[in-house]
Amino acid sequence: MEKSAYKGVFVFVEQRKGIIQNVSLELMGKARDLADALNDKVYAILVGNKITDKAQMLIAHGADVVVCADAPELDDYLTEPYTQAIYHIVNEYKPSILMLGATTIGRDLGPRLSARLGTGLTADCTKLEISEEKELLMTRPAFGGNLMATIVCKEHRPQMSTVRAGVMRKLPADNSRKGEVIKIEIPFKKDKFRVKLLKSVKEKGAMVDISEAKILISCGRGMANDEGLKIIDDLAKTLKAQVSASRAVVDAGLVPHDRQVGQTGKTVRPDLYFAVGISGAIQHLAGMEESDFIVAINRDKTAPIFQVADLGIVGDAKQILKQLNERLNG
Amino acid sequence: MNIVVCIKQVPDTTEIKINPVTGTLIRDGVPSIINPDDKAGLELALSLKDSFNAHVTVITMGPPQAEDVLREAYAMGVDRAILLTDAKFAGADTLATSHALAGALRKLDFDLLVTGRQAIDGDTAQVGPQIAEHLDLPQVSYLEHLDFDGKKTFTIKRRIEDGYEMLQVDGPCVVTVLSGAYRPRYMSVSGIVEAYSKNVEIWGFAQIDVDEKDLGLNGSPTRVHKAFSRGVKSAGQLYEVDSTEAVGIIMSKLKEKFII
Repeated sequence: MEKSAYKGVFVFVEQRKGIIQNVSLELMGKARDLADALNDKVYAILVGNKITDKAQMLIAHGADVVVCADAPELDDYLTEPYTQAIYHIVNEYKPSILMLGATTIGRDLGPRLSARLGTGLTADCTKLEISEEKELLMTRPAFGGNLMATIVCKEHRPQMSTVRAGVMRKLPADNSRKGEVIKIEIPFKKDKFRVKLLKSVKEKGAMVDISEAKILISCGRGMANDEGLKIIDDLAKTLKAQVSASRAVVDAGLVPHDRQVGQTGKTVRPDLYFAVGISGAIQHLAGMEESDFIVAINRDKTAPIFQVADLGIVGDAKQILKQLNERLNG
Repeated sequence: MNIVVCIKQVPDTTEIKINPVTGTLIRDGVPSIINPDDKAGLELALSLKDSFNAHVTVITMGPPQAEDVLREAYAMGVDRAILLTDAKFAGADTLATSHALAGALRKLDFDLLVTGRQAIDGDTAQVGPQIAEHLDLPQVSYLEHLDFDGKKTFTIKRRIEDGYEMLQVDGPCVVTVLSGAYRPRYMSVSGIVEAYSKNVEIWGFAQIDVDEKDLGLNGSPTRVHKAFSRGVKSAGQLYEVDSTEAVGIIMSKLKEKFII
């Protein structure tokens, strides 16, 4: 493989019903960093049906070039049409780096594509950087977050990685940025379209995305009862915060799964994270330690959560939060 | 109907601890289990055996001791078990692993191939879709429920972030199953007893259909550059004060951060 023929930092832009997903804009921000370090360009791969008008938004968020495949075959996400589209674009443009969101789409498309391309894919990266040899260093947790590993893909291109929502930062939109939009036709092999989408159902209550929240109040085992949750809910209303939880609380059925923070839940990095009655298992820390400011309240002063907290309070969380809420309202 | 289920023996990662001095994993005494997503996949296959008299083959790739998970699968009710093991497979990343498994699967007849969505020791969710690609089969990942029409068509509920999708596909196809989708049955006492007399087939490179260059370390595009324990950031201030004072401290911090 002639590696020098492969150039550009490419982002697969995920859209659902025409709405660009935040994770893709976050990746665009990271792609900008990587491309600047490589003195290279950021390419957005925009695929879908009637989506060309979204190209300018991608340019505003850091793309230099938008490669756009706009076709009725790409209306809803399905593995095979999307794999064919991205495969075709990769073969035309030969990216050095290709990033996807680690979503139910990216984690379905990424491995299928990597196998078709015969290249490596590193899942759920938490850190991406360029080495002195101009290679992509991809760092990810392994063993349930107990260990971190930095992965390289030396001899194959593109270097592919997926990144979870909330891990990278998107750039503020700059609508004066200029870029190029290239339309591309995909030569579909429709006989390979073997999976049919019967329907797509949105579920009520599944709409809260805690990775978007500015303030999170997270409930742990120490607060996991009706009284504790009521206190947390009340404070959340006052602070216009969202409620999240540790795995134990979700497993107990007290808080829905889409509000779970941690290795098997979501990665969050709010401006303010309250860890209330959370001891701080490594799987939990993996999902929240990048928060800007962490306040932890726990009875046990040896709790690991205090190792990552900016402000730690040893005490009775119920009483403290109740009083805090009263004073904020008073 | 023939079903093949791919399973993996994994360390129970919830039991792993880090040596605080050396920063390395303490793996001694950590139990090995069937990966939870795979075990749900096993249950899906066995439920189809109950309803449609399907023949269920289970395959695992790993070192010789991975035979344990095949015995457990026998005790749950599978009909055939294959251990894929060979020094040539060592050091494989997900792509090389999927090539080895695809090589073995080319030797088997099936209408449905079941894998777990992901394994708890790596959490990559890659091997299932990569096998599907090598075998040129359609895939449905994140399976939460499957209905079979008794002929050749599967209707599958796929769980996504804000809801679910209903998808339809004819066999043969590949599905990757979520651990919450099916509650695995317990091993029966007679099953456990019989499991130890059943034949576990040992397959190596010679028994499968794959290009040697795609296997093991040489067939792995990705390499571990370095591994390290997660560094902890330095702790902030810790206060052990009464609740009124604690509230005061929190309030002043929130003001400092322009939150209130």
